[in-house]
Amino acid sequence: MAGPGSDLPDHPDYLWRNPEPRRSYDVVIVGGGGHGLATAYYLAKNHGITNVAVLERGWLAGGNMARNTTIIRSNYLWDESAGIYEHALKLWEGLEEDLDYPILFSQRGVLNLAHSLQDVRDSVRRVEANRLNGVDAQWLDPQQVKEVCPIVNTSPDVRYPVLGGTYQPRAGIAKHDYVAWGFARAADALGVDLIQHCEVTGLDITDGKITGVQTTRGRIAAGRVALSAAGHTSVVAAMAGIDLPLQSHPLQALVSELLEPVHPTVVMSNAVHVYVSQAHKGELVMGAGIDSYNGYGQRGAFHIIERQMSAALELFPAFARAHVLRTWGGIVDVTPDASPIVGLTPVDDLYLNCGWGTGGFKATPGVGWCYAHTIATGEPHPLNAPFSLDRFTTGALVDEHGAAAVAH
Amino acid sequence: MMLIPCPWCGPREEAEFHYGGQAHVAYPSDPAALSDEEWARFLFFRDNPKGPFAERWNHSASCRRWFNVVRDTVTNEILAVYKVGAPRPVLA
Amino acid sequence: MTQQEFRTVQGGRIDRDRPLRFRFDGRDYTGYAGDTLASALLANGVHRTSTSIKLGRPRGIFAAGAEEPNALVQVEAPFPEPMLTATTVELYDGLVARGLGGQGRLATDPDPARYDAVHTHCDVLVVGAGPAGLAAASVAAASGARVVVVDDRSEPGGSLLGTREAKALDWVASVAADLHANPEVRLLTRTSAFGYYDDNYVVAVERRTNHLGASAPAHLSRERIWRIRARRVVLATGAHERSLAFDDNDRPGIMLAGAARTYVNRYGVLPGRRAVVLTTNDSAYAAALDLLDAGVAIAVIADLRPSVSPLWTERLADRGVEVLAGYGVERVVGEERVSSVVLAGGREFEADLLLVSGGWNPVGALYSQAGGKLRYDADLGSFVPDGCREAVAVAGSANGTYGLAGCLAEGTGAGRAAVEATGFAAGTGRELPAADESPVTPPAHTWVLPGDETVQFVDLQRDVTVAEIRRATGTGMRSVEHVKRYTTAGTAHDQGKTSGVLTSGVVAHLLGVDVGDLGTTTFRPPYAPVSFAALAGRDRGALHDPIRVTALHAWHQANGALFENVGQWQRPWYYPRDGEDLHAAVLRECRAAREGVATMDASTLGKIDVQGPDAAVLLDRLYTNLMSSLKVGSIRYGVMCRPDGMIFDDGTVIRLAEDRFLVTTTTGNAAGVLDWMEDFLQTEWPDLRVHCTSVTEQWATIALVGPRSREVLGTLAPDLAVDNDSFPFMTWRDTTVAGLAARVCRISFSGELAYELNVNWWDALALWEAVLAAGAPLGITTYGTETMHVLRAEKGYPIIGQDTDGTVTPQDLGMDWIVSKKKPDFIGKRSFARADTGRPDRKHLVGLLPDDGETLLPEGAHLVEMESLPEPPVPMLGHVTSSYHSAALGRPFALALIKGGRDRIGQRVYAPLGDVLVPVTITGPVLYDPEGKRRDG
Repeated sequence: MAGPGSDLPDHPDYLWRNPEPRRSYDVVIVGGGGHGLATAYYLAKNHGITNVAVLERGWLAGGNMARNTTIIRSNYLWDESAGIYEHALKLWEGLEEDLDYPILFSQRGVLNLAHSLQDVRDSVRRVEANRLNGVDAQWLDPQQVKEVCPIVNTSPDVRYPVLGGTYQPRAGIAKHDYVAWGFARAADALGVDLIQHCEVTGLDITDGKITGVQTTRGRIAAGRVALSAAGHTSVVAAMAGIDLPLQSHPLQALVSELLEPVHPTVVMSNAVHVYVSQAHKGELVMGAGIDSYNGYGQRGAFHIIERQMSAALELFPAFARAHVLRTWGGIVDVTPDASPIVGLTPVDDLYLNCGWGTGGFKATPGVGWCYAHTIATGEPHPLNAPFSLDRFTTGALVDEHGAAAVAH
Repeated sequence: MMLIPCPWCGPREEAEFHYGGQAHVAYPSDPAALSDEEWARFLFFRDNPKGPFAERWNHSASCRRWFNVVRDTVTNEILAVYKVGAPRPVLA
Repeated sequence: MTQQEFRTVQGGRIDRDRPLRFRFDGRDYTGYAGDTLASALLANGVHRTSTSIKLGRPRGIFAAGAEEPNALVQVEAPFPEPMLTATTVELYDGLVARGLGGQGRLATDPDPARYDAVHTHCDVLVVGAGPAGLAAASVAAASGARVVVVDDRSEPGGSLLGTREAKALDWVASVAADLHANPEVRLLTRTSAFGYYDDNYVVAVERRTNHLGASAPAHLSRERIWRIRARRVVLATGAHERSLAFDDNDRPGIMLAGAARTYVNRYGVLPGRRAVVLTTNDSAYAAALDLLDAGVAIAVIADLRPSVSPLWTERLADRGVEVLAGYGVERVVGEERVSSVVLAGGREFEADLLLVSGGWNPVGALYSQAGGKLRYDADLGSFVPDGCREAVAVAGSANGTYGLAGCLAEGTGAGRAAVEATGFAAGTGRELPAADESPVTPPAHTWVLPGDETVQFVDLQRDVTVAEIRRATGTGMRSVEHVKRYTTAGTAHDQGKTSGVLTSGVVAHLLGVDVGDLGTTTFRPPYAPVSFAALAGRDRGALHDPIRVTALHAWHQANGALFENVGQWQRPWYYPRDGEDLHAAVLRECRAAREGVATMDASTLGKIDVQGPDAAVLLDRLYTNLMSSLKVGSIRYGVMCRPDGMIFDDGTVIRLAEDRFLVTTTTGNAAGVLDWMEDFLQTEWPDLRVHCTSVTEQWATIALVGPRSREVLGTLAPDLAVDNDSFPFMTWRDTTVAGLAARVCRISFSGELAYELNVNWWDALALWEAVLAAGAPLGITTYGTETMHVLRAEKGYPIIGQDTDGTVTPQDLGMDWIVSKKKPDFIGKRSFARADTGRPDRKHLVGLLPDDGETLLPEGAHLVEMESLPEPPVPMLGHVTSSYHSAALGRPFALALIKGGRDRIGQRVYAPLGDVLVPVTITGPVLYDPEGKRRDG
């Protein structure tokens, strides 16, 4: 008899070299997380730029890529967001084949629940915008919510009863490590040097142009440098004298033990703060709230976890005797409008990709694709052009924070 | 769950407080005189250091007073607490 | 019912007078009070408890505590609980459980149990009531400090419970009695400290009734979270024995040596009849001796060290047991259960038990969570504490100190240091028991024995073998974190308690690096699994978030109102009569307000009393319009923006005196506006002499609306001149209404003649009933939020948060008139000069009329310019923010935010609804009584 987990696909026997850094590269990517690895892959694959190093201060994909709740969806309100996330979702749909790696992409749908009349209005607004943007989206009444996810408590005895929800059938989850290693292996195979335990300690800038990076393993010259450091972006950008509208916050998540299948989709609720899915082996994977204060400690406060559990049991009474096996924290870099910053910087040949907050994982292939284009051509890809740094000066924000209020 | 020393009430649980972000960011005395860039900096740009950070906290569930704290954003160690309007203390 | 054939004749800490019946995997057994499910199964000769998750191999009980990697069980009765370790489930009568290979099962019925949480503060928290912890607690308690001691077992004693150290166990009993008797001390058993957070905030879960089974009293919480804030913490969390990687090291009958010792001594259970011992260190010898004394034959002791302790060798030789130095296990015979063990070189020993000790891992989880560093101690062959910023000390085997005397001394020292650090003079604890210490021979540092790596298990629960780890390192992985993720080692229910360090050791062995350089994976909370329900505690249902209700709530309920949640408030949504739906009820309520008189409970409106000589200055800075010019006795509508120029809140401002205003806010934003004012007053403008106080729940507010509202008010307020000249629009009067002191404001959110009657909260019901009585002859009608929304929408009045969304300026709403041109500055003003806020194609609030006069547009529907939809993405103009059937207009209408909307008035656009494009015409936002003729009645 073989139990759950025995049917998960095996990893390949070979992933990457561990090269010594060369003295010079055409492109140096700072940060070996999902975004950095995807960017390197698309630089090589789409643009033929293979003299690339990805510098990672720890182990590859050990930051938010290893800590997120793996939700993938594209049902964002604003056209700009829908554009880049839907591009990502289309890439996700072909990624297993493209990378030849079993990333366990499961399009089990995502439900976003509504708990107040204003939630309903906002939800319908988002569904309607999604449909016109070519994003699959439906509005479900409570009965339909129950059909999609029978364990959701749709009774009126919840503090904030479920009044319905939006549903994106093409959304789902994937296995984060597999995604990272798939990109890493593919990039490595195309000649990209993945260099771990190599922390960038300085950026060399001459006459307004970047020329290389200082690292714990020596100086590395670079034609172009692309930052992809997520929660640590402020720290790295400061080396170039660039201030960013970013705040880094702790965000916690947790898993339960392996459980028989009970939860067929992904459920998210903002009003009753929950987002939860049941991963392939059977564990419940759940995100907690963001801590209000800045933090780089990859740890959050306990009352956030307690609050998360009370919210989870409001909506899923069946989870009562499940157990939390492990909690952990990541560092999310958040912008004032909860949308990312991807594009050029005031320093020539220095590029920026940050501010994804809680949306980074789902964007991985999409932003890798667009960021690679931006680095290769020196011009933003049309899909990341709206996410420029200067929007904070003009006021042309992409305000997912103010308007959509569904930020995970 | 940090233990935050409110200057008026003493040490209290983090959950009693409301966070206010970076301290010492004054509302500009003459916003009209600022360029768009300068105004954008006031609106949206705040320090985000890894390490000691001077920040604002409000004891919202109790005395409702704002005060400033220097906290290490890596360890959450509170290095100094001081009143609004006082300069950031020089730490050894 | 089977006999307990493997129970010793006597001894153990079980109660042989209290037999308990239980069922496991469909068979009935008995055990005794004091057993765990694991010890009771072993007493009945059951080793195998499960089948492994991936490879389907038989697995048995391996440990005796929370570190158990194999013996996972699903409890089915009295109530289903997934995935517990048989070694920590205390036996109770009627327990029904089954072995789990992989996934647990959640109950389908609601959990009937209660859960709660308690806060406590102490000078010294001691985690672990073993020898070191009790020694620390004894000193701390004797010093007068407030002490909390938590331990996850059912009784204090820790590792001593698994020994026959009689004097030490007497000492445990005395210390426990002292602690129980001391009013400043709380000794919590069955309580696992599972999380260590900032500033010595330690959280623990107490299992209060589970061991009672079906007889657990329903009024007691089943589990309780302890939130402990400690000035000093002493971690005496002990150590976990670890295994070794050798061929077929996962067979049932293979057990950690220390666990076997615990089963014999604590539970009076023989884990087998004849044992082989495999060890790297001295500790397994003591286990062997105890097993011998209990009647278990020891076939041989294979010690991996080339030279072993002469003392222990002699002790064993005296009992006729052979010790083979420099020998390991080559293979294990028997699948369902060990039947013999073949040592290196080929000698085969018949045995039904193989005891293993691969060394000890100090339990560093909490220390590590506290930010403590761990360092590899090459002599001990384990990771030990190495400095922490929190006020914490580690004592005993958790600190790598393994002898009893050392643990007692270290615990005493830690207890003394902790109390002295908190300002107490250290007292004298119970006299420590004498402890014989045998000289220690250094352990061997072996992780893997020669053999077939595909059957050498590192993580039993995840079926991770040495071969798997070799495959991982072969891919290019160099980090133990990567290997963990590639192989899943350490990610199972036990979170690597017995396998984590072994995994690091194997990786180091394969890569040829130092295990100390490699390190371990990160320890995260919780140390042991904690139920969701315990963490949720009582914060469920009505207690999940406070419910705020008005003084009239009971009346609304009694009169059939349906409610809407608005923030934490519950507001009457509408009052259906005789089977009316929302639509019918709202048309009726609207008609009453437009044609006769209607009333609503508006008490949830935020109300802030703003007082002080500079009150007007403050309001001038916060509102976009001028408030200082407002006359005492008058009222003005105002809008507040954030510094980015986006609307934050709106409401009316009443000037009560030169130095006093009453500010009203939206229901959902009252706290936010008060915070906003206080923030500016304290941090930006401390020179302003202003005080702000929330009076939302001091004033009840009743809206009286409609052309005949003046008649009702006139009846109720004989002292008040209600004619339009005496009491004009946007003024207020203090008077007596229905005999109650009241403040009456002439404000209208409907366009009709209307009043807001404000009285003390506790007078609300009297006023409400008086209003209903006085209005009864005129057919006065109660209405809720839905009707309020329709009435205001007909007049084009926006609702902040519904018609705005954080991206809307006053100008976008067509409210340029409320943005002062005179004031040099107010919050948000500068942002109106930015490029984006000046765009002509910003979204404007406009009205929409469906061309067919019948279609009710869904709120949230979007508008497009084209008559047929192109392929997506389709350019969108904006969306419907509010949409209603209008009794007054006799047709549906909507408000919408449309790009360049004010320049499109009169244009036809389309709302895609499903497959249909509904033509609509853009109008100005004010659709009813645009001249404002109805305001004065």
